[in-house]
Amino acid sequence: MSALPSAIEPARLATLDRGYREAVRARRSRAVLIGLAIVLCTMLSAISAEVEPATLFANIGKFTSYIGRIFVLENGQPVWTRPAEWFWGLEDWLSLLLETVLIAYVGTALGTAGAVVLAFFAAANLSPHPVLRAVTRRWLEFCRTFPELVFALIFVIAFGLGPLPGVLAIAIHSMGALGKLFSEVAENIDLKPVEGVAATGASWPVVVRFGALPQVLPNFVSYTLLRFEINVRGASVMGFVGAGGIGQDLIEAIRKFYYADVSAILVLIIVTVALIDFITERVRHRLGDSGAPA
Amino acid sequence: MLRLQQVTKRFGDKKAVDGVSAVIPKGQLVGVIGRSGAGKSTLLRMVNRLETVTEGRITCGQINVGTLSGRHLRAWRARCAMIFQQFNLVGRLDVLTNVLIGRSFGVSTGRSLLKLWTDADRTRALAALDRFDMAHLAAQRADTLSGGQQQRVAIARALVQEPDIILADEPVASLDPRNTRLVMDALQAINRELGITVVCNLHSLDLAREYCDRLLGLAAGRLVLDEAPNALSNARARELYGLEAADVVGEPETLPVAAYAMPLGSLSVAPSGVPAQ
Repeated sequence: MSALPSAIEPARLATLDRGYREAVRARRSRAVLIGLAIVLCTMLSAISAEVEPATLFANIGKFTSYIGRIFVLENGQPVWTRPAEWFWGLEDWLSLLLETVLIAYVGTALGTAGAVVLAFFAAANLSPHPVLRAVTRRWLEFCRTFPELVFALIFVIAFGLGPLPGVLAIAIHSMGALGKLFSEVAENIDLKPVEGVAATGASWPVVVRFGALPQVLPNFVSYTLLRFEINVRGASVMGFVGAGGIGQDLIEAIRKFYYADVSAILVLIIVTVALIDFITERVRHRLGDSGAPA
Repeated sequence: MLRLQQVTKRFGDKKAVDGVSAVIPKGQLVGVIGRSGAGKSTLLRMVNRLETVTEGRITCGQINVGTLSGRHLRAWRARCAMIFQQFNLVGRLDVLTNVLIGRSFGVSTGRSLLKLWTDADRTRALAALDRFDMAHLAAQRADTLSGGQQQRVAIARALVQEPDIILADEPVASLDPRNTRLVMDALQAINRELGITVVCNLHSLDLAREYCDRLLGLAAGRLVLDEAPNALSNARARELYGLEAADVVGEPETLPVAAYAMPLGSLSVAPSGVPAQ
């Protein structure tokens, strides 16, 4: 083993140095080009979509004044001076909030059940057939393409007002979103156990059940809890289109200018979401530490 | 009786296994030897059909293994159990469940999914574990076990399949010497006591000589040797293994320079080693 050369010919050094600088320069000019392209695209789309910063600045005062207004009672006092009056409808709102959480819960449960099954059909490494995989992936894409509110609107027309359309809308959107995430988790597993199970002559569902599911379960649970938290937020606006939950009181308060009610309901929603975030976070960390049994 | 006729496997334009023919009678313990990348694994995996057969035929009695699909393929896999270098257990499941997975061909999919194993299957699994002194670990998660223990669980899983053939793909390559002994002894005992045919890929020639009834040698995908272990001279073995000879033949003396200088492609093996077919 010879020692590292401490000196280098000046000519050779110059060549090497030039090569390095050129490579760096090429990289830098590409980065600048990409940056310029992004700025240009943003400006073009803003102009064609008529996003006018002037409107934002001209009306920012209205926005802040609305925010200020919703924290004032009818008698002109700030809301926190009379909490009882601020939360006059607490009992109704809490029961609507409970309904909201239940819509999210049932919707998440149904959506997750569908996603778990479809994810294995959609995963490149486990799918029983390429055609089945393509069909499943398109279906999952369809499910998550439209916002929940769009589905809810359609289901309200089909099934009438109430929580059912909200549950269905959330279930379908969750199935699409989770199915995609789950299939990506499944694509990253260690295939040795899968091979081990398949080599015994087990059928495809059994291979997935024993070879793949135990590996993906902790991640599935973690994503599902995250989705539940997202769905509670989603469910709180389901009422906007008549699909149940606290949303119907919120939209009514906004439309009829019951300013203090708007802030009261928003505060309740924020507290609920924070609480659920806190709980699911705890559960997810627990799972991470100990691992779920399969 | 397992019959291989001109079995070939191509990956792209590279032949991993090239025209291998052999007949393996029931109850034999066959060692497949050769250097890394010689096609040993691919050959075994084709027999279990974890790989498809590009050309040639693998038959067992009336069964044409290469064309099986669906339930027939699964029935064949249940009949020829596989043991892997990395054990391929499900780490997050307990030991007994891992062994019971070996019963899944005979159990309805619904019952398997819900782990509704019969008492008879549970008894079989515990008996198989007990055979290798592993029954006391039945409730432990498989990934908490040592490599040697995991491989014995894998052998128990293979055993409850009640197979005719066990294919062992480098079963001891990840194990220390003591566990190597335990696992090879277990395979030999299965072969001798239960009459199950065992085909075992081995890197170590010493082990192959000690345990096997017959050695098949592969070089660059071709079958270049088929004889009883004691007939294999060290010189022939060195030719077979080429640059890896020092690792596997286990002779203290250094190899002649010629062995190192020999181009890998033009490995010459005496034609007498090739079975006349």
